Amino acid sequence: MPQVTLTVNGRQHTVDVEGRTLLVELLREKLGLTGTHVGCDTSQCGACVVHVNGESVKSCTMLALQADGDSVTTIEGLAAADGTLHPMQEMFREHHALQCGFCTPGMVMTAIDLVNAHPSGLTEKEIREGLEGNLCRCTGYHNIVKAIAAAHPLMHAKAAE
Amino acid sequence: MYDFTYDKPGSLADAVKLLSDDMDAKALAGGQTFIPVLKQRLNRPSRVVDLAKLGLSGITVSGDKVTIGAMTTHATIASSAEIKAKIPGLQHQASLIGDEAVRHRGTMGGSLANNDPAACYPSAVLALGGTIKTDRRSIPADEFFQGMFTTALEQGEIITSIELPIPEKSAYEKFRNPASRYAIVGVFVAKFPSGVRLAITGAGQGGVFRHTEFEKALSANFSPDAIAGIKTPADGLNSDIHASAEYRAHLVNVVARRAVAKAG
Repeated sequence: MPQVTLTVNGRQHTVDVEGRTLLVELLREKLGLTGTHVGCDTSQCGACVVHVNGESVKSCTMLALQADGDSVTTIEGLAAADGTLHPMQEMFREHHALQCGFCTPGMVMTAIDLVNAHPSGLTEKEIREGLEGNLCRCTGYHNIVKAIAAAHPLMHAKAAE
Repeated sequence: MYDFTYDKPGSLADAVKLLSDDMDAKALAGGQTFIPVLKQRLNRPSRVVDLAKLGLSGITVSGDKVTIGAMTTHATIASSAEIKAKIPGLQHQASLIGDEAVRHRGTMGGSLANNDPAACYPSAVLALGGTIKTDRRSIPADEFFQGMFTTALEQGEIITSIELPIPEKSAYEKFRNPASRYAIVGVFVAKFPSGVRLAITGAGQGGVFRHTEFEKALSANFSPDAIAGIKTPADGLNSDIHASAEYRAHLVNVVARRAVAKAG
């Protein structure tokens, strides 16, 4: 059976997989990181978004073997060791940007990449366009957009420290 | 998904050999179409050959042309200042494909090799009169696209780069399906000193095509008004749950005028 070696949330893993094993299956079933969700399984809903080498990727549409040698960050890798939430997580809580929570891990991962990619600022339109690949079926985006706008200055202030 | 043998060769020659030796082997570029196809069991390759380690990504501008490596992602093209300056229509087109996460993985070469009749890039490459470079030859865009999901590529042939002449003006406009973001009708227009080339994706049963009547009128007068009166027959256009052939025929004109207006 082929093996894949990758770094997930800072820790290196070597795992036996099949050719057809998806990255999201590796994360959830082999590594037990069930924070990354599978919603549509057709790369439309974005519940499975993780970062691969810092970029948002739909982990249901990437083979585990494609991630060999890569660095993957999942929702479990965001909070500090002492439990302090990532500023994006904190702002999602602050602005009530979730209801059932199913889409939240993917929303947060997409949002962090979006904020990282726009250091000089983000308009509401850019935030809404940036969330194109993430579907929420209960809160209806408004508070998610607010949370992301609020997290932007916090994340870039932190980066400047 | 059925299982398969996965390979990630480190040289183009090895990749070509793996794909040529096994008729049921398939190349994997960004996988944003191919992996969903595998999940639906629409294809059952014995072997999947990942092209990620062949060094096929990157953008270079030299003289009057832009060369884009086949494995360059939509996100890289959409965020390239060079592409925006030289072929703004292509930069805009790449920014409209899928969503940000899809654009981080999907590649230009993968899209061209698949030649989905509603894909965006075939319209840019055909309208610009580009050249598809492979491991063994150069294929002009006018010969490359041979109908829905069909190209001039041979078994085991791998696209290495796409060479695009720099036009005076270019623009892409898309009337997109709100769910899939594929083009119901997409129009790429390119103005060169020698004349205008205009290609339409999403509409034709045979995939991307050039609209020679529009081209002739726009070469004489590059303005939306020049084509306002030209009717496109519905014969040969797609009819599906998203849009009838008649509606697509109407959209071809509307979207083409928008593209010309945008090119300025």
